[in-house]
Amino acid sequence: MSWKTKSSIAEKRKAVLESLEKFGSSLYEQMARGVFPSIEMPSRSIDNIYYHPELRQYVLGEKRVRRTARNIRHIRPFTQLVWAAFFSHELTSQRKTSTLRDVYYSAQAYEMSFKDQQESNAIITDLETVLGWSREDFNIFPEERSAIFGDLTIEYTVPGYEGRTLNLTSHPDGVMIGPALTSAEFVKTSADKVIAIEKGGLFTRFIEERVHERFNALLVLTAGQAPRATRHFIHRLNKELGLPVYIFTDGDPWGMHIAMVIISGSANAAHVRELTTPDAKWSGVWATDIVKYKLPTDPLSDIDFKRLRELQRDPRYKDELWQREIKTFMKIGRKAEQEAFSRYGLTFIVDEYLPAKLEEA
Amino acid sequence: MAQTFQEISPSDFFYRNRDIAGFTNPARAIYSAIRELVENSLDAAENIGVAPDIYIRLKFLGEAGREAQVYQLRVQDNGSGIPARHIPSAFGQVLFGSKYKLKQARGTFGLGGTMAILYGQITTHQPALVISSTGSSRIYMYRLMIDIQRNKPLILDRKILLNKEQWRGTIVEFSLEGDYFRAMSKIVEYLKQTALVNPYANLTFVDPRGRLYKFTRVTTRMPTPPKETLPHPYGVDVEIFQRLIQVTPTRNMIDFLRTHFHRVGETTARKFLEFSKIPPSKNPRKLTHQEIVHLVRMMKRFKDFLPPDASCLSPLGKDLLKAGILKELEPEFVAVCQRRPSTYAGHPFIVEVAIAYGGKIPRKGDFTIYRFANRIPLLYDEASDVSVKVIRSMNWRRYKVTPDMPIAILIHICSTKVPYKTVGKEFIADRPEVRREVLNGIREAARHLQRFLTKREHVNRERKRLSIFAKYLPKIAQFSTQLAGKSQPPNVEILLRSVRKFELEN
Ligand SMILES: Nc1ncnc2c1ncn2[C@@H]1O[C@H](COP(=O)(O)OP(=O)(O)O)[C@@H](O)[C@H]1O
Ligand SMILES: [Mg+2]
Repeated sequence: MSWKTKSSIAEKRKAVLESLEKFGSSLYEQMARGVFPSIEMPSRSIDNIYYHPELRQYVLGEKRVRRTARNIRHIRPFTQLVWAAFFSHELTSQRKTSTLRDVYYSAQAYEMSFKDQQESNAIITDLETVLGWSREDFNIFPEERSAIFGDLTIEYTVPGYEGRTLNLTSHPDGVMIGPALTSAEFVKTSADKVIAIEKGGLFTRFIEERVHERFNALLVLTAGQAPRATRHFIHRLNKELGLPVYIFTDGDPWGMHIAMVIISGSANAAHVRELTTPDAKWSGVWATDIVKYKLPTDPLSDIDFKRLRELQRDPRYKDELWQREIKTFMKIGRKAEQEAFSRYGLTFIVDEYLPAKLEEA
Repeated sequence: MAQTFQEISPSDFFYRNRDIAGFTNPARAIYSAIRELVENSLDAAENIGVAPDIYIRLKFLGEAGREAQVYQLRVQDNGSGIPARHIPSAFGQVLFGSKYKLKQARGTFGLGGTMAILYGQITTHQPALVISSTGSSRIYMYRLMIDIQRNKPLILDRKILLNKEQWRGTIVEFSLEGDYFRAMSKIVEYLKQTALVNPYANLTFVDPRGRLYKFTRVTTRMPTPPKETLPHPYGVDVEIFQRLIQVTPTRNMIDFLRTHFHRVGETTARKFLEFSKIPPSKNPRKLTHQEIVHLVRMMKRFKDFLPPDASCLSPLGKDLLKAGILKELEPEFVAVCQRRPSTYAGHPFIVEVAIAYGGKIPRKGDFTIYRFANRIPLLYDEASDVSVKVIRSMNWRRYKVTPDMPIAILIHICSTKVPYKTVGKEFIADRPEVRREVLNGIREAARHLQRFLTKREHVNRERKRLSIFAKYLPKIAQFSTQLAGKSQPPNVEILLRSVRKFELEN
């Protein structure tokens, strides 16, 4: 299966529709021939997920699984999958968007009810795996929304807004990275970097302090663990516009991992591409920053320590910087939030810390 | 001090020990009275090959103290009737009966019916009324009491009526103390179970409240009647031996053995006499007491007697058993099994077993157990019965059976001498020969049940499987048709037919 890296939104939509239709036709043909329809897809089981050092993300291995409607245990998820394809086709062709929660409820209208949201989410993941597109390509978006602010002009492709443009500085709270923005084309930008921020408070502070102007940056709020749409959006900013990406998180193992998932992706999404930004940099707050800036801290909890030990063995963390920071965390046994810089005044982080860290990168 | 010695009559003895005959308390007494009369009536009809029609009426007469009331019990049947000259003794004398001969019957000692009347007389001091005809031109009517000390009937009144309608049968009516309300559920249960093992009988019961219980026959076919038989050497004791010697017309041991014992021929008789070192020419009347004891002992040790045959038995048979169960229990499924005749201590017996499942059988967390002996239901002392012990000892999971299933297990033992543990005729003793037959019978029926359950499970699973395919395949067809932009969905009927493992009934 070839992984698409097209950026033209319209073209992509056409390709998505085609592959859904091809999927339907193949099933139709099998049944017309009097055989039970079956499909094949890469296995997503743990033993088929590998870390790909060159791609710098998790990928699926060679193992493939076959699902057939002949099998009594397969037929229900099989039918759900076909329904999900049908539903995605409806969404995509009518240019409507939907959420995972919507999918779960919509199924009921077709007497295709799912046991729970987990089951319907799993079916959408199956569909991604079978067709090699990610769910956003089928116009299915997650609930959580993050935001962007900065000098980037986009052109909408969603119905009713086609051709309309928007500059992402037009709203002081930032613009939500929702379906409309995700499917927008990039028109122009004066920015030369992207700064991703974990927390809403700091994001607002950066806008107030005009960080976007002073550092020529697009500011992205990840709002905790970045949603897939946001990761994809950061990927596009990096790939299509060639902008380097810097990530600021809390100084603890969890903040570290928020940065890592933007950089190298997660095992859960090993079947999808275009979600990672391998060249993005984690700029802080590092454990060594805690020491260097004498930040107010909290002690690491048992769970924090456990998480650190896990990360230490994780192939994504094998680089020197990561290993050093993990060790430092464990050594000092303390963690600090981004807000900790406020002890030096509200603007210290922007005036002193940020320039130093961008320099460092 | 002088001690007084006194002989008591059998009536007196049973009166003093009425517990052992089932007349322990007012509730139990009324149950036992009904039961004894009904069983006499069933015997009387079966003896002449007539499908029994029995009418039972219990009438409230008045209060009698705190615990008991006075009732009048009347039981009427269409049985053989009793020859006029025997009527007084049949009901006025304990241990007088027509069932001493060796063949399967419900009554045995000439005790039951008479005991009931005796109990009635003791508690109410009223005479019993017996009306009977053998179908001749006369009907005899006796009003009688029992002279307890002398074990003799006292005839108070006797009438002879003309039998224009050619009526045949017996009516017994007497009053007794009892507690119907405490006995009610047992009595109804008794009648229901009696109807179950006698599916060719009509039973009608009118209770003191005027309620009518009717158990209607589903067939007029009756089990083959038992043949009278001689005692088998293994089952003989000194008492029987001595009685035979007194009545025998034979003059040598060979003839004696051949004439009075079951399945003993010339050859067996000779071999046995050689074994016990008694001269074949010996006159049996000349046997000494020591020789008699010796012979009885030898009889138990001699290995070459032929086993008793079972023509003296009258099992219900698979068809009647099934009919009775279907009629009274209305299950979804029933497996019946009849074991081959077997013997214990020289007494032939046959075990019949049935297991019924589902339908109206209740789910009560444990099996419902029905026990019968010579077509009598046994309702008391269930826990001590050999069948119950066997059922408890079995590994039911092997048969895919759990106690929460709606299952009834029925065990019928018939024998010329049912191995009751007590005189009360309530439960069967744990004898290895009987236990083995019961166990094998239950196992056989359980295997049938297992086959049924497995098949049903298959059918259910298959039905469910098919319904899953039938639910989803058309949807797959529908959605892929729409995805592919076709107008006609592919035909999934062929696919549906191909997943069918076997044809399902209905
Ligand atoms: N309803 C009846 N019809 C014909 N004969 C009967 C009837 N009831 C009792 N008898 C006769 O009276 C005898 C005594 O009865 P019973 O005291 O109940 O003793 P058992 O039934 O043990 O012989 C029976 O053996 C039978 O010959
Ligand atoms: Mg009797």
